[in-house]
Amino acid sequence: MTTAAILTGLAGVMAAAAPIVFATIGETLTERAGVINLSVNGTIVLSAMTSFAVAVTTDSIWLGFLAGMLTGALVALVLAFTSLTLKQSQVAVGYVLALMTLNLAYFLGNPFVGVQGPRVPSLPIPGLSGIPIIGPLFFNQNALVYISFVLIFAAWFWVFRTRPGLMLRGIGERPAAAFVRGANVPLMRYTYTMIGGALVGLAGPTFSLSVKAGWKGTISGLDGFGWIALALVIFGGWNPIRGAVGAYLFGLLQWLGVVLQPSLPNVPSQVLQVAPFPLMILTLLLVNIGNADWVDRTLAGLPPDARRVAAGVLRSMRVSPPAALGTTFEKD
Amino acid sequence: MNNQSSRWIDLSFRFGAILLAFLFTVAVLIFSGAPPLEAFGQLALGAFGSVENFANVMVAWVPLLLATAGLLVTFAAGLWNIGMEGQITLGAIFATGVLRMMQDSGLPPLVMILVAIVAGAIGGALWAGLAGALKTFGGVNEIFGGLGLDFVATAITLWLIFGPWKRPGIGSMSGTVPFPREMWMPMLPHLRLSLWALAIGILGTIAVYFLLQGTYFGLRLKAVGRNRRAANLAGIPTSTYMMNAFLICGLFAGVAGAIQVTSVYHRLIPSISSNYGWLGLLVAMLINFQPVWAAPVSLFFAALNIGSIQLPIVLKLDSSLSGVLQGALVLAFLMMEGARQKFSKGQGEARS
Repeated sequence: MTTAAILTGLAGVMAAAAPIVFATIGETLTERAGVINLSVNGTIVLSAMTSFAVAVTTDSIWLGFLAGMLTGALVALVLAFTSLTLKQSQVAVGYVLALMTLNLAYFLGNPFVGVQGPRVPSLPIPGLSGIPIIGPLFFNQNALVYISFVLIFAAWFWVFRTRPGLMLRGIGERPAAAFVRGANVPLMRYTYTMIGGALVGLAGPTFSLSVKAGWKGTISGLDGFGWIALALVIFGGWNPIRGAVGAYLFGLLQWLGVVLQPSLPNVPSQVLQVAPFPLMILTLLLVNIGNADWVDRTLAGLPPDARRVAAGVLRSMRVSPPAALGTTFEKD
Repeated sequence: MNNQSSRWIDLSFRFGAILLAFLFTVAVLIFSGAPPLEAFGQLALGAFGSVENFANVMVAWVPLLLATAGLLVTFAAGLWNIGMEGQITLGAIFATGVLRMMQDSGLPPLVMILVAIVAGAIGGALWAGLAGALKTFGGVNEIFGGLGLDFVATAITLWLIFGPWKRPGIGSMSGTVPFPREMWMPMLPHLRLSLWALAIGILGTIAVYFLLQGTYFGLRLKAVGRNRRAANLAGIPTSTYMMNAFLICGLFAGVAGAIQVTSVYHRLIPSISSNYGWLGLLVAMLINFQPVWAAPVSLFFAALNIGSIQLPIVLKLDSSLSGVLQGALVLAFLMMEGARQKFSKGQGEARS
């Protein structure tokens, strides 16, 4: 493989990871507020369909994106209302919405299957795109990819370096304490669930108007990415930058699956395409195993030096969720 | 008297949920420019319009019933076994594998079919045990462990169909070579329905009913599901109970997969689990985890699935309409349940 081909491939990975970055960061914000939105997988597919349909009908890409984000926010609103106001299990509501939005997408999207649609144009940044290696990777992309780059750092800055971000972490970790300090916990949870939903909804049009342009119903190949995004939130330890790194790793693995295909003729392409999933389980195992009781017990039985090393390794990988994730908040 | 009135309130909220779900589906139909009455009519006709159609509903009912029954066990332990699809698939793979091995052995077909079902149960339990071990010993949330294993199971199926088990010549999405007729589960004449499969589905549900309602194991399992920490303090080995719940659920999933192979498709196909795992979770939620309702509600869901098959041909509508209605029912049920809880809480406060 030539360097140029590798560069093109990696630039493609950056672009293909953009929707997964949007979804991962959206869900990270939602979960930071203590709400788990399990509907991500269906929301992405439904917003991909609505945005494609709107973009085709109105002939406006931007209206399409707006429709996608509104779809995501609306699904999130249903989740927030049923779980926060009506106090039903977030996991249950999210799971139902995941299936329902998927079916709605296929049902309502039926007339748009195979229709020719618009596509987000590429937008090289003058000057910067000419820089060797960095130029083609980061500055010869479309607007969405630039937005995804900015979003990663903006979200990180918001969560970890601003006062509202501190409040956000507070309502996810100890909502009662945040409430005492004057945070309107239900309103903030609603807000972050809908902002997160809108970002997940942005992933849809990023697929249907750019990365996998078009709408092909059940064979659009969008089913599955949402579950990956949910796993990446955990992988990233609820940190937008770590989550985005996971999204790029996932994109890289999928690309390697395609690239390695010719040299492994006996392995069907479908098998290489799912390679990231077992790796996902493995990484979740690595980041979670430090939380298991038996590991503590085993570590206690090791000689002191080995114990220190092993505990250090486990601690460096270990993540723990916002303490109040998935729980309902009662004012009294 | 009071008890009676609260019962009526419960019922009216349930009825309200059904109404809400149908209204939503009607709105979706009108929005997409389809005639709602005709669409519902076609759904009913597709499911109950002929003996063949109704037999097909029963064919879909069996695996859905088994999936629901198995999931009631994991739900009792407070576990979200989203890996059901993969567990059904592994059951189908194991069943196909042993049938292929025994094909030329000259064993009586009855023995082959029984061995295939046992092998399927083992396959399903193995996959569920893996998700369970990841959860109990690795701290991996069963939702993500299970999902990952779902995708891996699909990959294994495709690899087998296009690799070691491919049809002579070239592998295709239509699956492996069908087994000869004498290796099929006995069918009713002219129908795809097997009374054996039906019996397995019904007996399985009854077994789960008694396991959860009438045994010490079921009681302790529910204690684990309600409050893991308290159960642990009370001396219940929670890890063992959680693992057992996964294994039992996997057995049911695996048998469902084996039935898909021995009595429905007679071969391994890429989508052998036919979404029954996903759907089983919906049914279990809709019946509020009450085993008595598993049979009628899963029959209704199976009828919707079969009824929707001819929608694309007759009305040019996508068959996912059934999925929309199924999802709407569960969502409306959850919403009305929340509204009912708010209502009775408000009443309690007003009285005190």
